[in-house]
Amino acid sequence: MYIIVVGGGKVGYYLTKTLLNDRHEVLLIERDRDKVETYSERFGSVVLQGDGAEAAVLASAGAARADVLIAVTGEDEDNLVICQMAKHKFHIGKTIARVNNPKNEQLFKLLDTDVTVSQTNYILGLIEQAIPDRAFIHLLNLRHADLAIIEATITAESPVANKTIGEIDLPVACVIAAIARQADVIVPNPDTEILPDDEIIAVTHRTEEDELRRLLIVE
Amino acid sequence: MNVVVMGCGRVGARVASILDNNGHRVTVIDTNATAFRRLSPQFGGDTVLGTGIDEDVLKSAGIKRADAFIAVTNGDNRNIMAGQVARVMFDVRDVIIRIYDPVREDTYRRLGFSTVCPTTTVSALIIDQVIGATDSYRRPEAKEA
Repeated sequence: MYIIVVGGGKVGYYLTKTLLNDRHEVLLIERDRDKVETYSERFGSVVLQGDGAEAAVLASAGAARADVLIAVTGEDEDNLVICQMAKHKFHIGKTIARVNNPKNEQLFKLLDTDVTVSQTNYILGLIEQAIPDRAFIHLLNLRHADLAIIEATITAESPVANKTIGEIDLPVACVIAAIARQADVIVPNPDTEILPDDEIIAVTHRTEEDELRRLLIVE
Repeated sequence: MNVVVMGCGRVGARVASILDNNGHRVTVIDTNATAFRRLSPQFGGDTVLGTGIDEDVLKSAGIKRADAFIAVTNGDNRNIMAGQVARVMFDVRDVIIRIYDPVREDTYRRLGFSTVCPTTTVSALIIDQVIGATDSYRRPEAKEA
């Protein structure tokens, strides 16, 4: 696969390194001449100096035959325009944009970027998981299916404590996928009883996440 | 008409001042407070400090009731993104984007935006003065197509 990476900050650098290790054909476009010189010494001739939003630069990068373009500069407006130029001028099939400000994620999704990566939201999510005493944690979005994976910690006060799975009136588009109980992971069946201190992993449609939260925990 | 102007440089300040003088309700956005000094002393509109690619800044500039949004900062990409925020998120009727890069300008004009490219416009005017009107509007990128 031929992949063009635009933006040689930390993300772009490690992304290029990883993709090269995975034996993809990669070209990194970076504006700063010093960085280009350093990266060229490390990676060889896979680094191009220039502004990735300039059509002439993309053209000399061979954008017309690229399979994927990934824009990971530190500026959202640059990432957006780079992806749109790639799409409309060079007809690159898949464009991926890094979103620095989480507020911009919705706009990027409405526009032409195929995939958005919001590292701020991602890191926030990781921090949320690491904070103790959070009873209901959103673990992951499965964007194309509009599904979410959540984790809930059951307390003695929870409406579902000491009930079996069969007794719980789950929202229609929810499945309890696993229960972590001390060192064990239980794959539940209708007779499995939910106990205080259980950690429940559930897959749910995103529209029913709030209902599931109300069902599983007391807030 | 309610107009929001992003970028209070020479062009932005002039456009805002003239529209204000013609009786329109104008709000100007800039990241630098000293830029507002470029507005005419009689300017009676509002000024908002911040960047126009931020929805909250646009909201406080009254983007929701704006009839027109004019993006004239020095950054092509910032103008392009702000113009798309105004059109896609706030349904602004007239969005005018200044883009210096002729190729980018061509791309976004084809996508249906009202664009102004000072590079091609000024070049054409200069060529026009030097060698006359016949040669002036043959843009170099038109040859590629």
